[in-house]
Parts: sequence; structure tokens; C-alpha cells
Amino acid sequence: MSEAIRKYPAIVKQYLGSVVPIGDNFYAALNSAVFSDGSFVYVPKGVKCPIELSTYFRINERESGQFERTLIIAEPDSTVSYLEGCTAPAFDTNQLHAAVVELIAHDRAEIKYSTVQNWYPGDPKTGIGGIWNFVTKRGRCAGVRSKIAWTQVEAGAAITWKYPSCLLDGDESVGEFYSVALTSGQMQADTGTKMIHRGKNTRSTIVSKGISADRSKNTYRGLVKVGSGATGARNFTQCDSMLVGPSCAAGTFPYIEGHTDLIDIEHEASTSKLSEEQIFYLMSRGLSQEEAISMIVSGFCKEVIRELPLEFATEAMKLLTIKLEGSVG
Amino acid sequence: MLTISNLHVKAEGKEILSGVNLEVKPGQVHAIMGPNGAGKSTLAKVLAGYPFYDVEWGTIRFCDKDLMELEPHERSKAGLFVGSQYPLEVPGLSNREFLFEIFKAHTGEKSRDRFEVALAHLVKQQKIDPSFLDRDLNAGFSGGEKKKNEILQMGLIDPKLAVLDETDSGLDIDALKQVASNIRSFLRPDKSIILITHYRRLLDYVKPDFVHVMTDGKITATGGFELVEKLEAHGYAPC
Repeated sequence: MSEAIRKYPAIVKQYLGSVVPIGDNFYAALNSAVFSDGSFVYVPKGVKCPIELSTYFRINERESGQFERTLIIAEPDSTVSYLEGCTAPAFDTNQLHAAVVELIAHDRAEIKYSTVQNWYPGDPKTGIGGIWNFVTKRGRCAGVRSKIAWTQVEAGAAITWKYPSCLLDGDESVGEFYSVALTSGQMQADTGTKMIHRGKNTRSTIVSKGISADRSKNTYRGLVKVGSGATGARNFTQCDSMLVGPSCAAGTFPYIEGHTDLIDIEHEASTSKLSEEQIFYLMSRGLSQEEAISMIVSGFCKEVIRELPLEFATEAMKLLTIKLEGSVG
Repeated sequence: MLTISNLHVKAEGKEILSGVNLEVKPGQVHAIMGPNGAGKSTLAKVLAGYPFYDVEWGTIRFCDKDLMELEPHERSKAGLFVGSQYPLEVPGLSNREFLFEIFKAHTGEKSRDRFEVALAHLVKQQKIDPSFLDRDLNAGFSGGEKKKNEILQMGLIDPKLAVLDETDSGLDIDALKQVASNIRSFLRPDKSIILITHYRRLLDYVKPDFVHVMTDGKITATGGFELVEKLEAHGYAPC
């Protein structure tokens, strides 16, 4: 990003802060005031980026905050897929991660943004230490038939507040949000999305899978808002929660606002339990405990996992299985 | 094949099995009958390695192995199949994918094609509605469908010893005949079966060599098929 500011100041000036204004929220303001680097992706008109762009973030310092900034611009008829992975070592202090991510998709452009987040979640017994993950991620589907898809696997951090959102300004633009959030130990995750329909005949899909174990809290919080001019808007939302053990909590807070007629909004939700009985049943047919947990969880999350690029999907499944093994059996 | 000696088992502090002895040889069919709460299902679950029961005393040897040393999946791989009285539902997990996983675990065969051939053969032999394969594992299945799915899994695994806990409950007359025929076709000189049941009808189709009566956590009577007739006439009281 610092390089982009030197080499392409005009583009950076035009777009930086255009989707997430500096006064958007406390942590966005903090990020806007102090950020020094991050990633910048510019995809020229008609270019289909042939590789998955991959980044990795790590917080190494004991007493630190991380404030990276990501800006991705896809010009008309271009496509790009961007992945990020996050880890941090264990400390008994808390570190702040307050990133801002802005995506802009022009006419018929497509941006796919995937995250596998495994920040240190703090001590599972005492809750001491861990990352506070307060991130503002938002994309603008500026052009007609543009598309932005967020896919996230949130498996770490002591506290997560994160709502990757889509502003569907262009007519017939498409927003998608696929999320698996796994909380264990004393973790708290409050995550979801905002789909703001402003263009005509816009479509959004939300699939959220929350798995809570131990004494953790896992919340889906989402907004589907259809503006007064956004006739023909359609949304489908599915929120499923899986509970592991008797001491965890899961909540679902869907907000729906419709300011026009001729729109179609669907919401489905379910809650299930991952039980030791299920694991025993699968084990009694010859699967190891790890294979049994992995099968049950991958069945639960399959609609989200299949949205991830292939190698990432395998890694994400392994991560979820390892995280859960300590919580069951 | 299976030798249970003086088995004592506690669940939540209460003794459920109080000295069970049982010897099953290759090619034999054993039936265990008995009133509710006698410990029949507990015995089946202990054999499968259910983690919430405490084995206080006694030994179980299966095919020259100490069964208590094996994890549930190792018992399965050693050739022991325990069909559940209440098969668990796993929403989201496709039945076909699950069957492929257990096929891989037992045969070491990774080929999808070989699995599909083996599965298609069983589905035909057991007269199973193929649509059942593409539903989630036992999710929303009727009691009878769950039991048929247990026997399908048994067919795919092809164990040495099958312990079937009330596999006949929840089946209508036609389904019972079909399941009984599926169990019969499993039986060969090197295979053994323990049938846990409340009813004579399954035993009319799959004739047991030995019938045991279990009461209060012990086997209190052992005989041949004539014992079934005696129980039908007099109930469990005289045993």
C-alpha cells in the first residue's frame, strides 16, 4: 500500500476511504489515522487475474496493534480472487487488530475475497490474552452486474466484531457472504454481513454457519436493507448454529429493512448439536475420532467450505477439526 | 470368536451388568432376549466401546484380542459390528459420503468406482430405495429406514461378528422379512451373529443356535429354539 501511494497516487486518492469513510466507526477512524501499510490490488479493464492472490498476516509483538489497510479495485470486465490467512503467537496480553478492507467492483467485474482467520484466541480456561479482532470490511458493487463474494472461516481471536458487507449500487449487481465462525474456550464472535440493495434487480446470498463449543459465545448479526429505488431486489439468508457441549451460547440477530415493494427476502435458520453420541456412532463404524468430527463438521459447513479455493478448503477443514478435537471427547 | 467372562459394568454409578458370560464361535447365531432394563443394550454398547459406561470387572476377548484395549473404531476395523437400537441422525452429512468413508476405512480401497459397484450390488440385494443414499445420514429417516441403513452399513463393512440390537423393532412385516433375508445372506461359516430382540418373528427367519435370557444384568437361562417357545407361552418370570 505504501508503494501504491508513491507510484499510483491518483488511484489511491480516488478510492481510499470511498467505501469505508474515515468517520465510519471508532476502529475505522483509528485505522485511518494510523495505518502505514497493507495490500493494494488494481485489476485493469478486461483482465482476468489467473492466480489466486494470497496474503498472510501475523501479529508477533506482545504489546501491539495491527492496522493494515486493503484496497482492491476491479475495473470493468475484470475478475480477481484474493485470499488472506491470519495467525498470531500466544501472549497473556491482548493485541488489537483493526483492519479496514475496501473493495470496488465496476461493470461486470467480480471480486472474490476469502479469509481464514486463526488469531490466538486467549487461554481456553481463563480467557486471558488473545487478539481483539475489530475489522471493517466493505465492498461496493459500483457497476452493473458486478459481483462481490466474501468467504470467511473465523476460527480464532478472543473477540471478533466483523461484518464484511456489500453495497449493491449497480443494477443487477450480486453480493454473497459465506461464513463459518467457530468459537471455543472463552472466545466471543459477533459476525455477519450487511447487504445494502440500492440498484435495481440486485441479488444477495448469505450463508452463515456458527459452531460454538466450551464456554464461548457465537453470534450472527446481519442486515438486509433494500432502498426505495431497489425494485426487484432478492435476498436469501441461511443461518445455522451448531452447539458443542452444554455451556456455549449461539445467537442470531437478522435485521431486515425493506423500503420498496416487489422484493423477495427469505430467511432460514436452524440449530443443531454436535454430540459425543454422534461421534461415537461414526467411530463404531470404523472412523477415528478425528475423521468422525471432520465428517460431521464438513457436512455442516459444506456450503461455505466449497466456496473456498481448493487448497484453502482442505486447510480450513483441518483447522476446524483440530480446534474442535479439544472440545469433544 | 467372542468370549465374555464375568463382565460387570456400571453406568452413572449403578451396576447394569453383574457378571455376564458368553461364548460365541464362528458360524453361530445367538439370540439374547429379556425384559426391558435387563442390560441387553448395555451389553451391545459395551462391546462397541461406548465411552460413558465403566467396565468394573471382567474380560472381553474378540478374535484373540483384548477388546477393552481397543478404541471404538479399532473394534470396528477388527471385524466387530454393533447395529444400534437408535441410530443417530447426522444432518448435513450425506449418507453416500458416509458409506464411502466407512468403505475406505474397512477395505483400504480408495477407488470411488469400486465403492459404487459394491454399493450398487448391496442396494440391489437388500432391495433398498436408491434415493435413500442421497439423503443425510439417518436425518428424518423413519425408524424402519434407519434399521435398513444399519444393515446396509453392515453389508458394506462385512464384519466377522454382527451384534444387532433390536434391529427388528420399527419394521413392518415386509421390511422385517427383507431385513431378515439380508441378515441370513450375511451368515457364512466364518461369520457369527448376536441378535438382541424382544420378538420371536425375527428368530423365525434367522434361526438361532443358542437362545439366552438376560435378567437383572446376568444371563439366567440358555437353551435352543425351544426356549423361545417357552418364553412366548410363559413370559420371563420362570427364568
